[in-house]
Order: sequence, then structure tokens, then C-alpha cells
Amino acid sequence: MDLTFTEEETALRAEARAWLHAHVPADPLPSLETEEGFAAHRAWEAELAGDRWSVVNWPREYGGRGASLIQWLLFEEEYYAAGAPGRVGQNGIHLLAPTLFDYGTEEQRARVLPPMASGEVVWAQAWSEPEAGSDLASLRSRATRTRGGWLLSGQKTWSSRAAFADRAFGLFRSEPDTEKPYQGLTYLMFDLHAPGVTVRPIRRLDAKPAFAELFLDEVFVPDEDMIGEPGQGWRIAMSTAGNERGLMLRSPGRFLASAERLRRLWAEKGSPESTKAHVADALIGARAYQLFTYAAASRFLDGERIGPESSLNKVFWSQYDIALHETALDLLGEEGELADTDWAERYVFALAGPIYAGTNEIQRDIIAERLLGLPKGRR
Amino acid sequence: MRFLLDIEQRAFRDSLDAMLGAADTPAVVRDWSRGEHARGRALWGRIAEAGVFGLAVPEAYGGFGLRPVELALAFVELGRHAVPGPLVETVTAAVLLMEPKELVSGETMATVAYGSPYALDGDAATVRLTLTPDGLFRSPGHGPVRPSIDPARRLTALEKGELLTSAPPIERALALARLTTAAQALGVGLTLLDKTVAHVKQRTQFGAPIGSFQAVKHQLADAKIALEFARPLVLGAALTLAPEDIAAAKVAACEAAYATARTALQLHGAIGYTAECDLSLWLTKARALRTAWGGPDECRAVVLSGGDRRW
Ligand SMILES: Cc1cc2nc3c(=O)[nH]c(=O)nc-3n(C[C@H](O)[C@H](O)[C@H](O)COP(=O)(O)OP(=O)(O)OC[C@H]3O[C@@H](n4cnc5c(N)ncnc54)[C@H](O)[C@@H]3O)c2cc1C
Repeated sequence: MDLTFTEEETALRAEARAWLHAHVPADPLPSLETEEGFAAHRAWEAELAGDRWSVVNWPREYGGRGASLIQWLLFEEEYYAAGAPGRVGQNGIHLLAPTLFDYGTEEQRARVLPPMASGEVVWAQAWSEPEAGSDLASLRSRATRTRGGWLLSGQKTWSSRAAFADRAFGLFRSEPDTEKPYQGLTYLMFDLHAPGVTVRPIRRLDAKPAFAELFLDEVFVPDEDMIGEPGQGWRIAMSTAGNERGLMLRSPGRFLASAERLRRLWAEKGSPESTKAHVADALIGARAYQLFTYAAASRFLDGERIGPESSLNKVFWSQYDIALHETALDLLGEEGELADTDWAERYVFALAGPIYAGTNEIQRDIIAERLLGLPKGRR
Repeated sequence: MRFLLDIEQRAFRDSLDAMLGAADTPAVVRDWSRGEHARGRALWGRIAEAGVFGLAVPEAYGGFGLRPVELALAFVELGRHAVPGPLVETVTAAVLLMEPKELVSGETMATVAYGSPYALDGDAATVRLTLTPDGLFRSPGHGPVRPSIDPARRLTALEKGELLTSAPPIERALALARLTTAAQALGVGLTLLDKTVAHVKQRTQFGAPIGSFQAVKHQLADAKIALEFARPLVLGAALTLAPEDIAAAKVAACEAAYATARTALQLHGAIGYTAECDLSLWLTKARALRTAWGGPDECRAVVLSGGDRRW
């Protein structure tokens, strides 16, 4: 058991630090949930990709550096410590890309991954529907066979970044009369600008169009945009969900940087006793999450699969993020009400953490049943 | 970087677990609480034989040198099995004393008072130390036993007594005391969770095991989360031995164990509120360990004092 990094690992850290120091914009970019901010963040993705910092752990042929999981974690620590912008491409990079690595064809990877890495094509996740939230398998949007592909019809909702994104990936019911709801689903990628697609942005709490509804009316999708086999969508999607909650979606680097920023804010405000415990707990939580992730990464590198333990992460980071940002707003006092600050933007984003990527109630069920072995009850 | 136990570490942990599992520790604890130390001393001897007390003692004195990861693993097991006695204090004394040979063998039990008027188990210990900023003192005797909220922890006042040294290694002693207390608390929490999971699977109400009710499941899921995030802090602190890492581990492990104790009590219902139920042996310890060797406030201050540093 050790916490020392190899020369190779620290070399990448040092290189990333130097590059970020030279390139991170001095002023924060406008919110990526606005049209202007989206464009600015897309340009940042291109800048990252230009020097292969966009997807460091991908193979070189798709624009990565072939970095190890540990190197990726160190890169992320540097990335957030440098105050670099949030990643507009993350739905594609963390959800679709791992799925394509596991289930996609060679052709799909070659076609989809490089423009994803460069931010030229930004992806949205189209899973949820108005009647299918926590009970995702009850989804009703259809994929009907047609010559050379599929026709998609139905409605998707809460699709993050879809207001400005280019393409989307999601699950569709291709066999209407299956015994179980999770059977007969097919995983497809589609163009948000294709004929038959209507995108209606939805404004979140602070009025920014952070997600969107998608109305699909006989949208044609060629066979080459199907991932895996027809009817196998659920299994494929669930492997992605593990990624979403598990290692990749929220790297510890982000929380280490936030905790450090909170500690500085606390010091600037004269180290008030009233928030001392919360600030200390933010530091402790970030360290706990970092070490927990190192342990998970070590097991992963030993060939173990990360299973239902990823639900532990999900509940932990989502609660952590809210607590940290509440403390920041408390410290800011009346300034904390101002909506156009970084802290407020992050606070509003944090509020959604316990809801998306599988609500925390659903995660607690998974922990209780699959990690503690408690009997299934009525949902 | 490989933040995983190696094979020897796992084997050491598992053998200690097996030995303690066979020792009927609940009976030992109950004796100890009444001031009957015979069975506790016998168990103590076996723990020493397993090498636990040698993990903080230089090889020249019969120890293994400082092996903090193994020490932390051992203390998780001692906590899991609710082993009574001044365990943390004996390790701490080993750091403080110049020739700690007798401590390694388990023949001697030591206790240490630090920042508190009371020392743990002064009646069972034969070496009684008081640690202050002015130095390390050895007292010949102890005051009357006062009951702790954890009946297995018998508290005694100490007189300062003879000055052993005016420059004891306070920092180092405190680091190990906190680390082992954190590990012990983590072990206490893990058992509280295990016992409660077992209970809710077999206790039936409204025609179903209570563990099938979501309100019950979610409390246990929260306990699991808190403990699983405390664990890497304890092991990480053992690796770095940085004071702020150790303080963070102490806060997280003790708070997780205490929150788990509250959940365990709630989910056991009235039976959990009795001294008859073995659960009580762990419940009360979770509360006591929280304040031992620097409570949450003191440890949080250490975390915050770390300066502009990146973990
Ligand atoms: C900011 C944000 C971004 C999102 N981005 C995307 C995206 O990009 N793509 C996408 O497809 N979706 C996205 N979502 C949708 C998200 O996945 C869903 O909101 C989530 O699955 C919950 O579904 P719901 O909102 O319909 O709530 P519901 O399922 O209606 O749940 C409401 C409440 O009931 C609780 N509940 C439901 N069932 C149970 C049960 N069995 N036991 C206990 N409690 C239960 C839930 O935990 C929740 O608290 C996003 C959501 C948010 C807030």
C-alpha cells in the first residue's frame, strides 16, 4: 500500500500544470448554460484538444495521450486547481465514449470520437422522458425499423446542454411487447438538427437554459448509429450509468479545488467560528473522496470491476457539493444572493446533484440491497 | 501508487480477526466493566503475541519499528471486536517511554492522561503516565475509578508524580494516539453496521423483515457511506502520518461511528437500549472514542491549520 506516484505519473502532472498555467483563461468564461458561454467553452475544448489535453486517458489514435487512470486523476487535480473551465463536452466524453469503447464498432469510434474530443460535436444524453425518470425502463419513445435504419418518435426531457448541443444518444423501445420493461430497448445516436427533431430549451432555477425537451417525429437514424445489437440497449446503458456515478463523472480534483477555494474564502472573511466546522468538513470530505477514488482506481487497475460501490460515490459527492456551496454562500452573506458569481453558479448546479445520475434515493436502495444484502421491498 | 492492502497486510488483519472472533470478547468486556481483569489480561497477552504492541516500538526494544498501516489495521480489528483496556494508551506510552520492552510483550499495561483529568483504566495499568506541555510524569498510583458512559472504560484521576523527561515526543505520541483511536472507532462503527444489518434482516414487523422497508434501508445506506469514506482516510493517514491527515481521519471515523451508533440503536428498537444486548458494548464506545484524544473541534482546527496546501 503506498501513496507515492511513479515518475511517469508525476511527469504528466507537471506537464499538465505547466500547460494549464500558460493557457487557462485569466477571466472565467461565461456560464456554459448560455449561448455565449457554450460557444466560449466549445472553443476551450478545441484549445485543450489541440495539445491533447481534452481526453488524456483515451488512446492516441482518437486524440488522447493513452494516459493511465491514475494519470487522469492527477490531470484532473491540476485541471481544477488551475481554475480551468467546466467541460461542456463531458456528457459525450464520460458517458458515450466509454460505451463506444466497450460496445461500439471500429467505424463508430473513428467517426464519433475525434470530433467529440475537439468539441466540434457536443453530445447530449437523451434518456429521461416525462413519464420515465427514476423508473427509466418504463420509457416509451419508439424506434421503428425502416430501410437502412430506424425512425424515432416520442419525447425526451431534461437533456443537459441539449439547448445548444449537436447530437444526442439515448434509449428507444424497439420491441413494444416484451415481458419486462427493460427488454426490447435499443441504444441509438441521433442528430439534434435532423428533420423531425424539435428542441425546446428548459430554464433551470436561475433561468438559464441548462437542459431541454426533445420532441421526435419520425426522425431517421441510419443503422450505423445504432450501438450494439437491437434490443440490448438496457444492458449497454447500465454499463454507462456505472461510469456516470462511478469514477469518471465527478473526479476528486474538482472537490479538492473547491474545498481549497472555500478555505481561502473563509480566511478572507476573517475565519469566522460559526462556519469553522463546515469548512474543515469540506477539506476532510475532499481528502476522503480523493483517497476513496485512489482505492477504487487501484482495484480497477488490478482487474476488478467497479460495481454497485459507485452508488457510494454518487450520494457522497452530491451531498458534499451542496454542503460546501451552502457554506460558501453563508460566508458571502448578502453578496451570496448575487446570481452572477461563480459561487452562485456552482451552488445552483450542486443543487441538482442528488437528482441526476440516478436520484440519491435510488442509490441508497442499491447500496442497501446490493452492498448490504437487505431484502428487496416495495419500491 | 497502489492504495490497496497487500497480501501480508490482509493476512495479518484476517488472522487477528479470527483470533479475536474466537475470544468471546463480549464476556471479556463485561468482566472488565466490573473491574475483573483476568480474562482481559489473558486476551491482552494474545494480542501482544500477535505482535500488535510491537508495531510502534523500535526493533532495538523488541518491536517491529513503526508500522503505522499495520497498526491501524490492528486497531480496526480491536474496535470491531470491542476489546477493552488501555490499548491506544499502551501504544502511546510505547512512543513516549525510552525503553518500552515490557510493553511489547504485553506484560505491562500503560495508561496516559493527556489534556484530561482522567486516564483510562488506571486501576488495570501498571505504568501510569501524565503528559503535559511541561513534560512526562509517572505516577505511583491512581484515584478512585469513575464510570465512563462506556462501562468498559474505567476512568481514574492520576497524580502527576515523578518527572521522567521534560521533552517528551508529544507530537509523535499524539499522532499515534489519534490514528489508533480513529482506527478503533472505524472498527466499532463497522461492527455496529454489521450487527444492525443482521438484526433488520431477521426482525419481522407488519409481516415483513424490517430491512425491506425503505426508511430502514436508507439509514443503513447512509451509515455505510460514512464508514466507507472514513476507511481510506484512516489508511491514508497511516501512510503519510501528517497531523492534518490524522486529524481528518479522527473526525471522519469518529463521526461515522457515532452516527452509525445512533442508527444502530434506532433500528434495534427497545432491545438496543438495554445493557443486556451485546450491541451496547459497541454503542457506548462510539460515543466515548469521539472525545478521546482530541474531540471533533480540536481535530478540525488541526485540519484547518494546514495552510495553503494541496492534498
Ligand atoms: C440538472 C439535471 C440534469 C439532467 N440531465 C439529464 C440528461 O442530460 N439526460 C437525461 O436523460 N436526464 C437528465 N436529467 C434527468 C434525471 O436523470 C432525472 O431527473 C432523474 O432520473 C429523476 O427522475 P425525475 O426527475 O422524473 O424524478 P422522479 O422519478 O419523479 O422522482 C421524484 C422523487 O421521487 C423519488 N422516488 C422515485 N422513485 C422512488 C423510489 N422507488 N423510492 C424512493 N424514492 C423514489 C425520487 O428519488 C425523487 O426524490 C437531469 C436532471 C437534472 C436535475
